[in-house]
Amino acid sequence: MLNPISVAFIKAKQENRPALLTYTVAGDSSKKQSLNILKSISKNADILEVGVPHNTPVADGSQIQTSAYRAIKNGIKVNDIFKIVKDFKKFDKNKPIILMGYYNMIFQYGENKFLNKCKLSGVNGLIVVDLPWPENKDFAKKCKKKSIYFIQLLSPTTTKIRLKKIIKDSHPMSYFISMLSTTGGKLKVSPKEIIKNYIKIKKINPKKKVVIGFGITEKTIGKLKSADGLVVGSAICKEISRSLKHRQNPVINVSKLVKKLKYKIA
Amino acid sequence: MKLKKGIPVIDQGNKLGFWGGKFGGNFVPETLKKPIEDLEVLFNKLKKDKKFIQERDRYFKNWIGVPTRFIKLENLTRHVGGAQIWSKVVSDANGGAHKIYNATVHCLLAKRSGKKVIIGDTGAGYAGKMLSMAAKKFGLKCKIFMGAKDIARQQPNVKAMKKNGAEVVPVYSGSQTLVDAVSECMRFWVANCDTTAMCVGSTVGPAVFVRICGWSTSQISRELKVQLIKEFGSIPKKLKLYNCVGGGSSSFGFWNEFMDYDKRQCEFIGVEAGGPAKSKKHAAPLTYGSKIGILHGAAQYVNQNSDGQIEETESISAGLDYPGISPLHCFLKDTKRARYTAASDEQALNAYKLVTKFEKLRPSLEPSHAFAVAISESKKLSKDTIVIVNSCGDAYKDRGILEKKLGKKYVKSN
Repeated sequence: MLNPISVAFIKAKQENRPALLTYTVAGDSSKKQSLNILKSISKNADILEVGVPHNTPVADGSQIQTSAYRAIKNGIKVNDIFKIVKDFKKFDKNKPIILMGYYNMIFQYGENKFLNKCKLSGVNGLIVVDLPWPENKDFAKKCKKKSIYFIQLLSPTTTKIRLKKIIKDSHPMSYFISMLSTTGGKLKVSPKEIIKNYIKIKKINPKKKVVIGFGITEKTIGKLKSADGLVVGSAICKEISRSLKHRQNPVINVSKLVKKLKYKIA
Repeated sequence: MKLKKGIPVIDQGNKLGFWGGKFGGNFVPETLKKPIEDLEVLFNKLKKDKKFIQERDRYFKNWIGVPTRFIKLENLTRHVGGAQIWSKVVSDANGGAHKIYNATVHCLLAKRSGKKVIIGDTGAGYAGKMLSMAAKKFGLKCKIFMGAKDIARQQPNVKAMKKNGAEVVPVYSGSQTLVDAVSECMRFWVANCDTTAMCVGSTVGPAVFVRICGWSTSQISRELKVQLIKEFGSIPKKLKLYNCVGGGSSSFGFWNEFMDYDKRQCEFIGVEAGGPAKSKKHAAPLTYGSKIGILHGAAQYVNQNSDGQIEETESISAGLDYPGISPLHCFLKDTKRARYTAASDEQALNAYKLVTKFEKLRPSLEPSHAFAVAISESKKLSKDTIVIVNSCGDAYKDRGILEKKLGKKYVKSN
C-alpha cells in the first residue's frame, strides 16, 4: 500500500496545486485541544505535521517555542502524543501524519519502541531536526522497514555534493528549509530566490517530492505555489497564542487560518 | 571503552565525532552542518600550523599573561594537617578566569575565516566577559546570550561585557540560565551562520567546539607541568588534581597534559555542583548517575526526565549550573581515568570561607566547590601527597551572592 503521504502529493498534483502541510505542537494548549485542532484542519490540510515538544529546541523560533513550552507545562508526554495520533486516525484514517521533533525524545524512548508505537498509532513520517545525514542513515533504514518515511532536511547551506548524497538516500519526501533561520523567521530572501534553490534540488531527482518550509505565512504562501508542498507552522502556533490571549477559541481560529491558506494556493 | 595513550584526547573521537563510540557527535540542524564542517577543516589545519601556534602563544603570553601562578597554600595546608595543598591560580589570567583561552582562540579562528561578528553563551558571565574582551581586541562585533536569572546574579560580569562593547541578549525561555543561553545562541547561529562565528563557552556542543575549547584550555596543564618540574624536579609520585566541573572546560585543560600518567600517580578529581543540601535539584549528572541524552548537539550524561526533557538544575554557582557535561568528561568517567564527586552549595561556601581566612586567594564559587572536596580529602592524605586545586575564577563576580550568604566581611573590593 502506498504511504498516505505519497497519496496526498498525487491528489494535490491532480488539483494542480502544492500540498498544504500544517505544523502544530501536540498538546498545545491541551491534549484535547490539539486533537480538536487537527480534526478541524484536516479537511483543508493535506499532511499534518505534529510537533513533539522539547524544552531545549535548537532550531525553533519563539512562536513554536511558546507552543512547546505551553504543551510541556500542561503535562504532555510522548505516550500522549501517540494517543492523539491514534484518536485522530479514528476520525480520518487516510490523512497522513508526520511527527516532527528532536532526537533525544526518540533516543530516550528507544528507537525501535518508538517506531513500533508510530506504526501502531498510524504515524506515516518522521522529521528529526537534529539528526542530520549521515548520522541518520541507520535510523532512516529502520523507518523504511516500517514503511514510515524518514524525511531529510535540506538547507541553503547544504552543499551540492551533499545534496546529491542526501537525496540519493532519501525517502520519497524531503523538506527544504527556505532560508537561514529558525522556524518562523521573517522571510529574508525573496520567494523567487527560494524557488530557484528549490528547482536546483528538484533537478537532482524530479520524482522525489520536496516541500518548502520556514517563514511561510498567509502573505507569502501564494508566491511559492510551484513547490510540491508548503509547510506552515509558526504562523499557526502564533494564531493559537493570539487566540488564547484574547480568550478566543483556538480551534475555530486555526481552522479559519488553514482554510485561508488553502484558498491562497488553490 | 579505552583511553589511548600518545594521542590527545580531543583527537580520540571517531569519524562522526564520538568519544568512546557514544559521547559527543553532531546532533545539529542541517543548516549548521556546513559551518561546522568549515570550522573543523580550519581548526584541523591551523592546529598543525606552526605560525598559528606562534600567534596563539604570543597572545597568550603578552595579552592573557601566562604562566599563571602555581603557589603553595601554606596556611591552609597547616590548618588541614594532611596533604600539601597547592593552587594553580588560573584566575590570574587577563579577565580573571580560564575562559579567556577559548575566547581568544575562537576570535583568532573567526578572524581567519573572515567573519565579522562573534556570538557566545555565558552562565557565570566569564565566558561572555572574556569573549567580549577578545572580540574587542580583535575588532569583532560581539553578542552574548545570557539567561535572565544569571544576568541578575552576576552583574559585575554583565557590566564588564557591556563596557567592552558587547551586546548582552537576555534569554527568558526555560529556566533562564546557561542551558537556555546556549540554546538561544545556537538558534541565533542557525539563522546567521553565513556572517557570524559562534564560540561555545565550554567543552560542550557539537564535537568541534568541544575540541577547540579543550585544545585552548590545555594551556593550563602545559604550564603546570613545567612549574611542577621546576618546583619538585619531576612530576610528584602522588599527585591529585582537583577541579570543579560544570561544562568541563577548566578541568579538562587542567588535566590534559597529565592524561598519560598512571592514575595511581596522577589522579584527576572532578567536582560537580551538588546544589543546595536540602534540594533534590543539582547540576551533577556524573555524580548522580544521569542517563545519556542529547543536549546542544552532543550525546552526554545529562539531567533529564524519562521522556527526554532536559531538567532544571540548581546551584549557587552560575558557572556550574548546567544539566549536561562535556563528552570528554563522560569519556574520562567511563574509562575510569577521572573520578567525579559533588559538593553542595553550603560546602562550597564553607570552603570559600576557609580559603579566604587562611590565604590571600579568593576563588569564585565554582572553584570553591573543588576546594571543598580537596580540603576534606586532604585531611586523610599523607604529607608527601601533592594536592592541587585549579582556582579557575576570581570571586569578584560573586560579591552579591557572597554578601547575601556570608555577610559583608567576606566581600572585598578590587
